[in-house]
Amino acid sequence: MSTEPGALEAALRARRSQGGKALVPYLTGGLGDWQAGLAAAADAGADAIEVGIPFSDPVIDGPVIQEANDRALADGITPLAVLDALGRLDIGVPLAVMTYYNIVFRFGLERFASVLAERGVAAAILPDLPLEETGPWAEAADAAGVETVLLAAPTASDERLGRICARTRGFVYGVGLLGVTGVREELASSAVVMAGRLKQVTDVPVLVGVGVGTPEQAEEVCRVADGAVVGTAMVRRMMDEGPAAVGELVGRFRRALD
Amino acid sequence: MGLRLLLKREDLNHTGSHKINNVLGQALLAVRMGKTRLVAETGAGQHGVATATAAALLGLECVVYMGEVDMERQALNVFRMQLLGAEVRSAVSGSRTLKDAINEAMRDWVATVESSHYCLGSVMGPHPYPWMVRELHRVIGDEAREQCRQLLGSDPDVVTACVGGGSNAIGIFSGFVDGDAALVGVEPAGGAAIGRGVPGVVHGSKSFLMQDEHGQVLEAESISAGLDYPGIGPEHSHLAAIGRARYESVTDDEVVAAFELLSRTEGIIPALEPAHALAWVSRARGELAGQSVLLNLSGRGDKDVDQMMGRLAPDGGSSGGGSSNGDDGRSG
Repeated sequence: MSTEPGALEAALRARRSQGGKALVPYLTGGLGDWQAGLAAAADAGADAIEVGIPFSDPVIDGPVIQEANDRALADGITPLAVLDALGRLDIGVPLAVMTYYNIVFRFGLERFASVLAERGVAAAILPDLPLEETGPWAEAADAAGVETVLLAAPTASDERLGRICARTRGFVYGVGLLGVTGVREELASSAVVMAGRLKQVTDVPVLVGVGVGTPEQAEEVCRVADGAVVGTAMVRRMMDEGPAAVGELVGRFRRALD
Repeated sequence: MGLRLLLKREDLNHTGSHKINNVLGQALLAVRMGKTRLVAETGAGQHGVATATAAALLGLECVVYMGEVDMERQALNVFRMQLLGAEVRSAVSGSRTLKDAINEAMRDWVATVESSHYCLGSVMGPHPYPWMVRELHRVIGDEAREQCRQLLGSDPDVVTACVGGGSNAIGIFSGFVDGDAALVGVEPAGGAAIGRGVPGVVHGSKSFLMQDEHGQVLEAESISAGLDYPGIGPEHSHLAAIGRARYESVTDDEVVAAFELLSRTEGIIPALEPAHALAWVSRARGELAGQSVLLNLSGRGDKDVDQMMGRLAPDGGSSGGGSSNGDDGRSG
Protein backbone atom coordinates (compact mmCIF):
# COMPACT_ATOMS: atom_id res chain seq x y z
CA MET A 1 0.00 0.00 0.00
CA SER A 2 0.95 3.65 -0.37
CA THR A 3 3.28 5.19 2.17
CA GLU A 4 2.06 8.67 1.23
CA PRO A 5 0.60 10.17 4.43
CA GLY A 6 -3.07 11.16 4.44
CA ALA A 7 -4.42 14.62 5.15
CA LEU A 8 -4.48 14.14 8.92
CA GLU A 9 -0.93 12.84 9.20
CA ALA A 10 0.31 15.50 6.77
CA ALA A 11 -1.19 18.29 8.89
CA LEU A 12 0.27 16.90 12.12
CA ARG A 13 3.70 16.34 10.58
CA ALA A 14 3.66 19.89 9.22
CA ARG A 15 2.97 21.27 12.68
CA ARG A 16 5.79 19.17 14.12
CA SER A 17 8.29 20.13 11.44
CA GLN A 18 7.63 23.80 12.25
CA GLY A 19 8.63 23.04 15.83
CA GLY A 20 5.03 23.25 17.07
CA LYS A 21 2.73 21.02 19.05
CA ALA A 22 -0.54 19.70 17.66
CA LEU A 23 -3.90 20.37 19.28
CA VAL A 24 -6.83 18.08 18.49
CA PRO A 25 -10.06 18.92 20.31
CA TYR A 26 -13.01 16.50 20.40
CA LEU A 27 -16.71 17.30 20.17
CA THR A 28 -19.71 14.99 20.08
CA GLY A 29 -21.64 15.10 16.79
CA GLY A 30 -25.29 16.06 17.22
CA LEU A 31 -24.73 17.79 20.56
CA GLY A 32 -26.42 21.21 20.46
CA ASP A 33 -24.96 23.55 17.84
CA TRP A 34 -22.02 21.23 17.30
CA GLN A 35 -21.16 22.41 13.80
CA ALA A 36 -20.66 25.95 15.08
CA GLY A 37 -18.50 24.40 17.80
CA LEU A 38 -16.29 22.72 15.20
CA ALA A 39 -15.93 25.97 13.26
CA ALA A 40 -15.04 27.88 16.44
CA ALA A 41 -12.43 25.27 17.34
CA ALA A 42 -10.86 25.47 13.88
CA ASP A 43 -10.78 29.29 14.00
CA ALA A 44 -9.13 29.20 17.43
CA GLY A 45 -6.21 27.12 16.21
CA ALA A 46 -7.07 23.42 16.26
CA ASP A 47 -4.78 21.40 13.97
CA ALA A 48 -7.46 18.78 13.40
CA ILE A 49 -10.76 17.92 15.08
CA GLU A 50 -12.12 14.64 16.37
CA VAL A 51 -15.90 14.30 15.99
CA GLY A 52 -17.80 11.66 17.96
CA ILE A 53 -20.60 9.71 16.33
CA PRO A 54 -22.84 8.96 19.31
CA PHE A 55 -23.29 5.38 20.54
CA SER A 56 -25.67 3.99 23.13
CA ASP A 57 -22.91 2.25 25.11
CA PRO A 58 -19.73 4.39 25.00
CA VAL A 59 -17.57 2.32 27.34
CA ILE A 60 -14.27 4.19 26.95
CA ASP A 61 -16.02 7.42 27.91
CA GLY A 62 -16.66 8.88 31.34
CA PRO A 63 -19.89 10.51 32.53
CA VAL A 64 -19.56 13.81 30.62
CA ILE A 65 -19.10 12.39 27.13
CA GLN A 66 -21.60 9.65 27.90
CA GLU A 67 -24.15 12.34 28.73
CA ALA A 68 -23.28 14.12 25.48
CA ASN A 69 -23.88 10.87 23.58
CA ASP A 70 -27.21 10.33 25.33
CA ARG A 71 -28.37 13.90 24.65
CA ALA A 72 -27.44 13.76 20.96
CA LEU A 73 -29.19 10.41 20.54
CA ALA A 74 -32.27 11.73 22.31
CA ASP A 75 -32.28 14.58 19.79
CA GLY A 76 -32.41 11.98 17.02
CA ILE A 77 -28.91 12.17 15.57
CA THR A 78 -27.85 9.28 13.29
CA PRO A 79 -24.42 8.25 12.01
CA LEU A 80 -25.27 9.29 8.46
CA ALA A 81 -26.62 12.66 9.62
CA VAL A 82 -23.26 13.38 11.32
CA LEU A 83 -21.33 12.37 8.22
CA ASP A 84 -23.57 14.36 5.87
CA ALA A 85 -23.14 17.45 8.02
CA LEU A 86 -19.35 16.99 8.00
CA GLY A 87 -19.50 16.75 4.22
CA ARG A 88 -21.12 20.19 4.03
CA LEU A 89 -18.69 21.73 6.51
CA ASP A 90 -15.70 23.70 5.19
CA ILE A 91 -13.53 24.71 8.14
CA GLY A 92 -10.06 24.14 6.74
CA VAL A 93 -8.73 21.45 9.13
CA PRO A 94 -8.71 17.65 8.78
CA LEU A 95 -11.52 15.81 10.54
CA ALA A 96 -11.44 12.40 12.23
CA VAL A 97 -14.57 10.62 13.38
CA MET A 98 -14.48 8.69 16.64
CA THR A 99 -17.11 6.04 17.24
CA TYR A 100 -17.61 2.48 18.41
CA TYR A 101 -17.25 -0.55 16.18
CA ASN A 102 -20.89 -1.66 16.21
CA ILE A 103 -21.87 1.59 14.45
CA VAL A 104 -19.40 0.85 11.65
CA PHE A 105 -20.25 -2.86 11.56
CA ARG A 106 -23.95 -2.12 11.18
CA PHE A 107 -23.31 0.59 8.58
CA GLY A 108 -21.13 -1.81 6.59
CA LEU A 109 -17.33 -1.54 6.60
CA GLU A 110 -16.82 -0.68 2.91
CA ARG A 111 -19.81 1.64 2.87
CA PHE A 112 -18.66 3.47 6.00
CA ALA A 113 -15.16 3.91 4.58
CA SER A 114 -16.43 5.19 1.24
CA VAL A 115 -18.92 7.59 2.85
CA LEU A 116 -16.11 9.00 5.02
CA ALA A 117 -14.00 9.54 1.90
CA GLU A 118 -16.88 11.10 -0.04
CA ARG A 119 -17.67 13.48 2.82
CA GLY A 120 -14.04 14.54 3.07
CA VAL A 121 -13.42 12.98 6.49
CA ALA A 122 -9.73 12.10 6.77
CA ALA A 123 -9.68 9.48 9.50
CA ALA A 124 -11.52 7.18 11.88
CA ILE A 125 -10.85 6.24 15.51
CA LEU A 126 -12.57 3.08 16.83
CA PRO A 127 -11.44 2.59 20.43
CA ASP A 128 -13.19 -0.75 20.99
CA LEU A 129 -11.57 -2.37 17.96
CA PRO A 130 -8.36 -4.02 19.21
CA LEU A 131 -5.32 -4.41 16.97
CA GLU A 132 -5.99 -8.13 16.43
CA GLU A 133 -9.47 -7.40 15.03
CA THR A 134 -8.53 -4.34 12.98
CA GLY A 135 -7.83 -6.13 9.68
CA PRO A 136 -11.16 -6.03 7.79
CA TRP A 137 -11.89 -2.42 8.76
CA ALA A 138 -8.34 -1.20 8.13
CA GLU A 139 -8.31 -2.80 4.67
CA ALA A 140 -11.59 -1.12 3.77
CA ALA A 141 -10.29 2.19 5.13
CA ASP A 142 -6.95 1.90 3.29
CA ALA A 143 -8.75 1.15 0.04
CA ALA A 144 -10.89 4.27 0.47
CA GLY A 145 -7.96 6.45 1.49
CA VAL A 146 -9.19 6.86 5.08
CA GLU A 147 -6.62 6.91 7.89
CA THR A 148 -7.24 4.55 10.85
CA VAL A 149 -5.90 5.94 14.13
CA LEU A 150 -5.09 3.24 16.68
CA LEU A 151 -4.98 3.67 20.44
CA ALA A 152 -2.07 2.54 22.59
CA ALA A 153 -2.81 1.69 26.23
CA PRO A 154 -0.35 2.07 29.11
CA THR A 155 -0.60 -1.69 29.73
CA ALA A 156 0.72 -2.56 26.25
CA SER A 157 4.19 -4.09 26.02
CA ASP A 158 6.89 -2.38 23.95
CA GLU A 159 6.54 -5.14 21.37
CA ARG A 160 2.81 -4.44 21.09
CA LEU A 161 3.39 -0.69 20.89
CA GLY A 162 5.62 -1.36 17.90
CA ARG A 163 2.90 -3.32 16.12
CA ILE A 164 0.30 -0.64 16.90
CA CYS A 165 2.55 2.10 15.54
CA ALA A 166 3.21 0.08 12.39
CA ARG A 167 -0.52 -0.24 11.69
CA THR A 168 -1.76 3.20 12.77
CA ARG A 169 -2.35 6.00 10.26
CA GLY A 170 -2.64 9.74 10.93
CA PHE A 171 -1.15 9.59 14.39
CA VAL A 172 -0.83 7.16 17.26
CA TYR A 173 -3.24 7.90 20.09
CA GLY A 174 -1.45 7.35 23.37
CA VAL A 175 -3.92 6.75 26.19
CA GLY A 176 -2.69 8.91 29.04
CA LEU A 177 -3.84 6.79 31.93
CA LEU A 178 -5.64 3.60 32.91
CA GLY A 179 -9.24 4.73 32.85
CA VAL A 180 -12.01 6.39 30.90
CA THR A 181 -12.20 9.88 29.40
CA GLY A 182 -12.56 12.75 31.86
CA VAL A 183 -10.80 15.73 33.41
CA ARG A 184 -8.47 15.00 36.37
CA GLU A 185 -6.90 17.36 38.87
CA GLU A 186 -3.41 16.55 37.69
CA LEU A 187 -1.83 14.99 34.65
CA ALA A 188 -1.14 11.33 35.37
CA SER A 189 2.56 10.46 35.31
CA SER A 190 1.61 7.66 32.92
CA ALA A 191 0.78 10.25 30.22
CA VAL A 192 4.37 11.45 29.88
CA VAL A 193 5.69 7.90 30.17
CA MET A 194 3.30 6.81 27.41
CA ALA A 195 4.46 9.62 25.14
CA GLY A 196 8.10 8.75 25.72
CA ARG A 197 7.61 5.05 25.06
CA LEU A 198 5.77 5.76 21.80
CA LYS A 199 8.33 8.33 20.64
CA GLN A 200 11.02 5.67 21.03
CA VAL A 201 9.33 3.25 18.65
CA THR A 202 7.79 5.47 15.94
CA ASP A 203 8.20 8.45 13.70
CA VAL A 204 4.41 8.76 13.33
CA PRO A 205 3.07 11.79 15.28
CA VAL A 206 2.42 10.83 18.92
CA LEU A 207 -0.63 12.48 20.48
CA VAL A 208 -1.79 11.81 24.03
CA GLY A 209 -5.39 11.98 25.17
CA VAL A 210 -7.61 10.76 28.04
CA GLY A 211 -6.97 12.73 31.19
CA VAL A 212 -5.58 15.82 29.41
CA GLY A 213 -8.07 18.41 30.63
CA THR A 214 -6.34 21.78 31.09
CA PRO A 215 -3.94 23.94 29.04
CA GLU A 216 -1.27 23.34 31.69
CA GLN A 217 -1.69 19.55 31.45
CA ALA A 218 -1.50 19.74 27.64
CA GLU A 219 1.67 21.78 27.83
CA GLU A 220 3.17 19.30 30.31
CA VAL A 221 2.49 16.21 28.20
CA CYS A 222 3.62 17.99 25.03
CA ARG A 223 7.11 18.43 26.43
CA VAL A 224 7.44 14.85 25.19
CA ALA A 225 4.41 14.20 22.95
CA ASP A 226 3.85 15.78 19.53
CA GLY A 227 0.39 16.90 20.55
CA ALA A 228 -2.66 16.41 22.72
CA VAL A 229 -6.28 15.33 22.25
CA VAL A 230 -8.72 17.17 24.51
CA GLY A 231 -12.24 15.80 24.80
CA THR A 232 -14.17 16.08 28.04
CA ALA A 233 -13.18 19.68 28.80
CA MET A 234 -14.44 20.73 25.34
CA VAL A 235 -17.69 18.79 25.64
CA ARG A 236 -18.33 20.21 29.11
CA ARG A 237 -17.89 23.74 27.70
CA MET A 238 -20.15 22.92 24.76
CA MET A 239 -22.93 21.67 27.03
CA ASP A 240 -22.64 24.49 29.57
CA GLU A 241 -21.87 27.54 27.44
CA GLY A 242 -22.02 26.71 23.72
CA PRO A 243 -19.80 27.05 20.63
CA ALA A 244 -18.20 30.45 21.35
CA ALA A 245 -16.94 29.19 24.71
CA VAL A 246 -15.45 26.15 22.97
CA GLY A 247 -13.52 28.53 20.69
CA GLU A 248 -12.29 30.47 23.69
CA LEU A 249 -11.08 27.28 25.41
CA VAL A 250 -9.33 26.01 22.28
CA GLY A 251 -7.57 29.38 22.13
CA ARG A 252 -6.26 28.96 25.68
CA PHE A 253 -4.91 25.50 24.86
CA ARG A 254 -3.36 26.89 21.68
CA ARG A 255 -1.52 29.64 23.54
CA ALA A 256 -0.30 27.17 26.16
CA LEU A 257 1.21 24.95 23.47
CA ASP A 258 2.75 27.73 21.33
CA MET B 1 -47.96 -32.61 31.91
CA GLY B 2 -47.71 -35.88 30.03
CA LEU B 3 -43.93 -35.90 29.87
CA ARG B 4 -41.06 -36.87 32.14
CA LEU B 5 -39.53 -33.68 33.52
CA LEU B 6 -36.14 -33.88 35.24
CA LEU B 7 -34.88 -30.87 37.17
CA LYS B 8 -31.14 -30.25 37.48
CA ARG B 9 -31.12 -28.70 40.94
CA GLU B 10 -28.57 -25.86 40.64
CA ASP B 11 -30.91 -23.95 42.96
CA LEU B 12 -29.52 -26.05 45.82
CA ASN B 13 -26.02 -24.64 45.39
CA HIS B 14 -24.54 -22.41 48.05
CA THR B 15 -25.79 -18.83 47.40
CA GLY B 16 -28.83 -20.20 45.59
CA SER B 17 -27.90 -20.51 41.94
CA HIS B 18 -25.45 -21.94 39.43
CA LYS B 19 -23.45 -18.71 39.51
CA ILE B 20 -21.09 -19.93 42.25
CA ASN B 21 -19.51 -22.48 39.84
CA ASN B 22 -18.04 -19.72 37.70
CA VAL B 23 -17.27 -17.32 40.50
CA LEU B 24 -15.17 -19.71 42.58
CA GLY B 25 -13.07 -20.51 39.53
CA GLN B 26 -12.52 -16.88 38.62
CA ALA B 27 -11.85 -15.82 42.21
CA LEU B 28 -9.16 -18.48 42.57
CA LEU B 29 -7.70 -17.30 39.26
CA ALA B 30 -7.70 -13.71 40.56
CA VAL B 31 -5.76 -14.78 43.66
CA ARG B 32 -3.34 -16.72 41.49
CA MET B 33 -2.76 -13.59 39.36
CA GLY B 34 -2.06 -11.57 42.50
CA LYS B 35 -5.21 -9.46 42.24
CA THR B 36 -6.71 -8.14 45.47
CA ARG B 37 -10.07 -6.87 44.27
CA LEU B 38 -13.02 -8.31 42.35
CA VAL B 39 -15.27 -6.19 40.15
CA ALA B 40 -18.57 -7.66 38.99
CA GLU B 41 -21.83 -6.72 37.35
CA THR B 42 -25.10 -8.22 38.41
CA GLY B 43 -28.65 -8.28 37.10
CA ALA B 44 -30.85 -10.22 39.50
CA GLY B 45 -28.12 -10.10 42.10
CA GLN B 46 -27.30 -13.81 42.01
CA HIS B 47 -23.90 -13.30 40.37
CA GLY B 48 -23.22 -10.38 42.69
CA VAL B 49 -24.04 -12.46 45.76
CA ALA B 50 -21.87 -15.30 44.51
CA THR B 51 -18.97 -12.91 43.81
CA ALA B 52 -19.34 -11.26 47.22
CA THR B 53 -19.32 -14.72 48.80
CA ALA B 54 -16.12 -15.78 47.05
CA ALA B 55 -14.50 -12.45 47.89
CA ALA B 56 -15.39 -12.87 51.56
CA LEU B 57 -14.04 -16.42 51.57
CA LEU B 58 -10.75 -15.49 49.90
CA GLY B 59 -10.22 -12.11 51.55
CA LEU B 60 -10.66 -10.01 48.42
CA GLU B 61 -12.19 -6.56 48.16
CA CYS B 62 -15.42 -6.62 46.15
CA VAL B 63 -17.37 -3.98 44.19
CA VAL B 64 -20.58 -4.96 42.40
CA TYR B 65 -22.30 -2.76 39.82
CA MET B 66 -26.04 -3.11 39.54
CA GLY B 67 -28.60 -1.17 37.53
CA GLU B 68 -30.62 1.28 39.57
CA VAL B 69 -33.85 -0.38 38.38
CA ASP B 70 -32.55 -3.81 39.43
CA MET B 71 -31.48 -2.55 42.87
CA GLU B 72 -35.10 -1.66 43.51
CA ARG B 73 -36.62 -4.93 42.37
CA GLN B 74 -33.91 -7.08 43.97
CA ALA B 75 -33.44 -5.20 47.24
CA LEU B 76 -32.95 -8.44 49.19
CA ASN B 77 -29.91 -9.40 47.15
CA VAL B 78 -28.46 -5.89 47.51
CA PHE B 79 -28.56 -6.34 51.26
CA ARG B 80 -27.12 -9.85 51.02
CA MET B 81 -24.13 -8.50 49.08
CA GLN B 82 -23.63 -5.77 51.66
CA LEU B 83 -23.83 -8.32 54.49
CA LEU B 84 -21.06 -10.24 52.72
CA GLY B 85 -18.89 -7.14 52.76
CA ALA B 86 -19.28 -6.02 49.15
CA GLU B 87 -19.87 -2.47 48.01
CA VAL B 88 -22.85 -2.23 45.65
CA ARG B 89 -22.71 0.70 43.24
CA SER B 90 -25.73 1.70 41.19
CA ALA B 91 -25.49 2.08 37.41
CA VAL B 92 -27.59 5.11 36.57
CA SER B 93 -26.91 5.39 32.83
CA GLY B 94 -28.99 4.10 29.91
CA SER B 95 -31.65 1.56 30.79
CA ARG B 96 -30.24 1.25 34.33
CA THR B 97 -30.25 -2.55 34.09
CA LEU B 98 -27.73 -5.33 33.41
CA LYS B 99 -26.25 -3.87 30.19
CA ASP B 100 -25.42 -0.64 31.98
CA ALA B 101 -24.00 -2.47 34.98
CA ILE B 102 -21.61 -4.21 32.56
CA ASN B 103 -20.60 -0.83 31.07
CA GLU B 104 -19.83 0.50 34.55
CA ALA B 105 -17.91 -2.63 35.57
CA MET B 106 -15.78 -2.35 32.41
CA ARG B 107 -15.08 1.34 33.12
CA ASP B 108 -13.99 0.44 36.65
CA TRP B 109 -11.85 -2.42 35.40
CA VAL B 110 -9.89 -0.39 32.83
CA ALA B 111 -8.97 2.04 35.60
CA THR B 112 -8.05 -0.61 38.17
CA VAL B 113 -6.75 -3.49 36.09
CA GLU B 114 -3.47 -3.64 37.98
CA SER B 115 -5.22 -4.66 41.20
CA SER B 116 -8.63 -5.86 40.03
CA HIS B 117 -10.03 -8.86 38.23
CA TYR B 118 -13.30 -8.43 36.37
CA CYS B 119 -15.37 -11.41 37.49
CA LEU B 120 -17.76 -11.45 34.53
CA GLY B 121 -20.93 -13.38 35.27
CA SER B 122 -21.98 -14.78 31.94
CA VAL B 123 -20.66 -16.41 28.78
CA MET B 124 -20.09 -13.08 27.07
CA GLY B 125 -17.54 -10.29 26.87
CA PRO B 126 -14.12 -10.46 25.22
CA HIS B 127 -12.12 -13.66 24.88
CA PRO B 128 -11.38 -15.63 27.01
CA TYR B 129 -14.54 -14.97 29.02
CA PRO B 130 -17.14 -16.84 26.91
CA TRP B 131 -14.88 -19.89 26.82
CA MET B 132 -13.67 -19.64 30.42
CA VAL B 133 -17.12 -19.15 31.93
CA ARG B 134 -18.52 -22.05 29.87
CA GLU B 135 -15.74 -24.34 31.05
CA LEU B 136 -16.41 -23.35 34.67
CA HIS B 137 -20.10 -24.21 34.21
CA ARG B 138 -19.72 -27.40 32.23
CA VAL B 139 -19.87 -29.27 35.54
CA ILE B 140 -23.65 -28.73 35.28
CA GLY B 141 -23.86 -30.64 32.02
CA ASP B 142 -21.34 -33.28 33.06
CA GLU B 143 -23.25 -34.06 36.26
CA ALA B 144 -26.63 -34.01 34.53
CA ARG B 145 -25.47 -36.34 31.79
CA GLU B 146 -24.16 -38.83 34.35
CA GLN B 147 -27.41 -38.67 36.32
CA CYS B 148 -29.56 -39.00 33.19
CA ARG B 149 -27.70 -42.11 32.18
CA GLN B 150 -28.39 -43.62 35.60
CA LEU B 151 -32.06 -42.62 35.59
CA LEU B 152 -32.97 -43.01 31.94
CA GLY B 153 -30.26 -45.26 30.61
CA SER B 154 -29.59 -42.61 27.97
CA ASP B 155 -29.50 -38.88 27.31
CA PRO B 156 -32.88 -37.12 27.65
CA ASP B 157 -34.86 -36.25 24.53
CA VAL B 158 -34.73 -32.53 25.29
CA VAL B 159 -32.43 -30.31 27.36
CA THR B 160 -33.76 -26.86 28.15
CA ALA B 161 -32.62 -23.80 30.09
CA CYS B 162 -33.31 -20.09 30.27
CA VAL B 163 -31.01 -17.71 28.41
CA GLY B 164 -30.07 -14.12 29.14
CA GLY B 165 -26.33 -13.96 28.54
CA GLY B 166 -26.63 -17.73 28.66
CA SER B 167 -24.26 -19.13 31.30
CA ASN B 168 -26.50 -21.76 32.89
CA ALA B 169 -27.73 -22.87 29.48
CA ILE B 170 -24.28 -23.24 27.97
CA GLY B 171 -23.22 -25.12 31.11
CA ILE B 172 -25.92 -27.75 30.78
CA PHE B 173 -25.76 -27.82 26.95
CA SER B 174 -22.04 -28.57 27.10
CA GLY B 175 -22.81 -32.00 28.54
CA PHE B 176 -25.10 -32.89 25.64
CA VAL B 177 -23.98 -30.88 22.63
CA ASP B 178 -22.09 -33.86 21.18
CA GLY B 179 -25.10 -36.17 21.58
CA ASP B 180 -28.58 -36.37 20.11
CA ALA B 181 -30.68 -34.49 22.69
CA ALA B 182 -32.57 -31.48 21.35
CA LEU B 183 -31.22 -28.28 22.97
CA VAL B 184 -33.72 -25.50 23.64
CA GLY B 185 -32.78 -22.11 25.10
CA VAL B 186 -35.63 -19.96 26.37
CA GLU B 187 -35.37 -16.18 26.17
CA PRO B 188 -37.72 -13.56 27.61
CA ALA B 189 -39.90 -12.09 24.86
CA GLY B 190 -38.64 -8.61 25.77
CA GLY B 191 -34.98 -9.60 25.62
CA ALA B 192 -34.86 -12.12 22.81
CA ALA B 193 -31.42 -11.57 21.30
CA ILE B 194 -31.71 -14.54 18.96
CA GLY B 195 -35.45 -14.18 18.44
CA ARG B 196 -35.30 -10.46 17.63
CA GLY B 197 -31.63 -9.61 17.22
CA VAL B 198 -29.17 -9.30 14.35
CA PRO B 199 -25.38 -9.68 14.48
CA GLY B 200 -23.59 -6.95 16.37
CA VAL B 201 -20.40 -6.27 18.36
CA VAL B 202 -20.68 -5.01 21.90
CA HIS B 203 -18.93 -5.68 25.22
CA GLY B 204 -16.10 -7.31 23.33
CA SER B 205 -17.83 -10.03 21.36
CA LYS B 206 -19.74 -10.53 18.14
CA SER B 207 -23.12 -12.11 18.62
CA PHE B 208 -26.84 -11.61 18.07
CA LEU B 209 -27.87 -8.29 19.56
CA MET B 210 -31.08 -6.31 19.88
CA GLN B 211 -30.26 -3.03 18.15
CA ASP B 212 -31.83 -0.42 15.92
CA GLU B 213 -30.99 0.06 12.25
CA HIS B 214 -28.12 2.42 13.15
CA GLY B 215 -26.43 0.00 15.55
CA GLN B 216 -27.65 1.58 18.80
CA VAL B 217 -28.22 -1.12 21.40
CA LEU B 218 -31.87 -1.47 22.43
CA GLU B 219 -33.06 -1.81 25.97
CA ALA B 220 -34.29 -5.25 26.97
CA GLU B 221 -37.40 -5.56 29.09
CA SER B 222 -38.17 -8.57 31.24
CA ILE B 223 -39.84 -9.43 34.51
CA SER B 224 -36.58 -11.15 35.34
CA ALA B 225 -33.63 -8.91 36.11
CA GLY B 226 -31.26 -11.79 35.42
CA LEU B 227 -32.35 -12.09 31.78
CA ASP B 228 -32.74 -8.39 31.09
CA TYR B 229 -29.92 -8.22 28.53
CA PRO B 230 -30.15 -7.28 24.83
CA GLY B 231 -27.32 -9.59 23.76
CA ILE B 232 -26.43 -13.24 24.20
CA GLY B 233 -23.20 -15.19 24.54
CA PRO B 234 -21.46 -15.81 21.21
CA GLU B 235 -21.48 -19.60 21.59
CA HIS B 236 -25.28 -19.52 21.73
CA SER B 237 -25.34 -17.50 18.52
CA HIS B 238 -23.09 -20.13 17.00
CA LEU B 239 -25.28 -23.03 18.18
CA ALA B 240 -28.32 -21.24 16.73
CA ALA B 241 -26.56 -20.46 13.46
CA ILE B 242 -25.49 -24.08 12.87
CA GLY B 243 -28.91 -25.38 13.94
CA ARG B 244 -27.65 -27.38 16.93
CA ALA B 245 -29.80 -25.49 19.44
CA ARG B 246 -33.04 -23.62 19.03
CA TYR B 247 -34.22 -20.61 20.95
CA GLU B 248 -37.80 -19.93 22.00
CA SER B 249 -39.23 -16.97 23.86
CA VAL B 250 -41.92 -16.69 26.53
CA THR B 251 -43.92 -13.79 27.91
CA ASP B 252 -43.84 -12.45 31.46
CA ASP B 253 -47.35 -13.82 32.08
CA GLU B 254 -46.30 -17.31 31.03
CA VAL B 255 -43.31 -17.05 33.39
CA VAL B 256 -45.47 -16.08 36.34
CA ALA B 257 -47.79 -19.00 35.65
CA ALA B 258 -44.82 -21.39 35.58
CA PHE B 259 -43.44 -19.87 38.78
CA GLU B 260 -46.73 -20.66 40.53
CA LEU B 261 -47.05 -24.09 38.91
CA LEU B 262 -43.72 -25.42 40.19
CA SER B 263 -44.28 -23.90 43.62
CA ARG B 264 -47.67 -25.59 44.02
CA THR B 265 -47.01 -28.94 42.41
CA GLU B 266 -43.45 -29.71 43.53
CA GLY B 267 -42.93 -27.49 46.54
CA ILE B 268 -40.02 -25.80 44.79
CA ILE B 269 -40.11 -22.03 44.40
CA PRO B 270 -37.96 -21.39 41.33
CA ALA B 271 -36.18 -18.19 40.42
CA LEU B 272 -37.98 -16.24 37.70
CA GLU B 273 -35.12 -17.02 35.31
CA PRO B 274 -35.54 -20.84 35.14
CA ALA B 275 -39.31 -20.30 35.30
CA HIS B 276 -38.84 -19.15 31.68
CA ALA B 277 -37.67 -22.62 30.69
CA LEU B 278 -40.55 -24.21 32.58
CA ALA B 279 -42.98 -21.83 30.88
CA TRP B 280 -41.78 -23.08 27.50
CA VAL B 281 -42.09 -26.73 28.58
CA SER B 282 -45.61 -26.02 29.79
CA ARG B 283 -46.59 -24.35 26.55
CA ALA B 284 -44.96 -27.04 24.38
CA ARG B 285 -46.20 -30.01 26.43
CA GLY B 286 -48.32 -31.30 23.56
CA GLU B 287 -45.29 -31.43 21.30
CA LEU B 288 -43.23 -32.95 24.14
CA ALA B 289 -45.76 -35.62 25.15
CA GLY B 290 -44.10 -38.85 26.23
CA GLN B 291 -40.60 -37.40 26.04
CA SER B 292 -37.96 -36.95 28.71
CA VAL B 293 -37.10 -33.31 29.32
CA LEU B 294 -34.13 -32.14 31.38
CA LEU B 295 -34.56 -28.60 32.70
CA ASN B 296 -31.79 -26.65 34.36
CA LEU B 297 -33.35 -25.22 37.50
CA SER B 298 -30.61 -22.61 37.72
CA GLY B 299 -31.69 -20.78 40.84
CA ARG B 300 -34.12 -20.61 43.70
CA GLY B 301 -36.91 -18.08 43.96
CA ASP B 302 -36.45 -16.56 47.40
CA LYS B 303 -35.09 -13.38 45.83
CA ASP B 304 -38.24 -13.04 43.71
CA VAL B 305 -40.86 -13.62 46.40
CA ASP B 306 -41.12 -9.94 47.26
CA GLN B 307 -41.56 -8.95 43.61
CA MET B 308 -44.18 -11.68 43.13
CA MET B 309 -46.07 -10.52 46.23
CA GLY B 310 -46.61 -7.25 44.46
CA ARG B 311 -47.89 -9.00 41.37
CA LEU B 312 -49.91 -11.87 42.80
CA ALA B 313 -52.60 -11.17 45.36
CA PRO B 314 -52.17 -13.30 48.51
CA ASP B 315 -54.57 -16.13 49.38
CA GLY B 316 -55.92 -16.48 45.86
CA GLY B 317 -57.26 -12.94 45.74
CA SER B 318 -58.25 -11.50 42.41
CA SER B 319 -56.13 -8.40 41.80
CA GLY B 320 -53.87 -9.44 38.98
CA GLY B 321 -53.28 -12.96 40.28
CA GLY B 322 -56.22 -14.50 38.47
CA SER B 323 -55.26 -13.21 35.06
CA SER B 324 -51.70 -14.46 35.28
CA ASN B 325 -52.55 -17.73 36.98
CA GLY B 326 -52.07 -20.20 34.24
CA ASP B 327 -54.66 -20.52 31.57
CA ASP B 328 -54.20 -17.39 29.50
CA GLY B 329 -50.47 -17.65 29.93
CA ARG B 330 -50.38 -21.16 28.51
CA SER B 331 -52.58 -20.56 25.53
CA GLY B 332 -49.79 -19.31 23.30
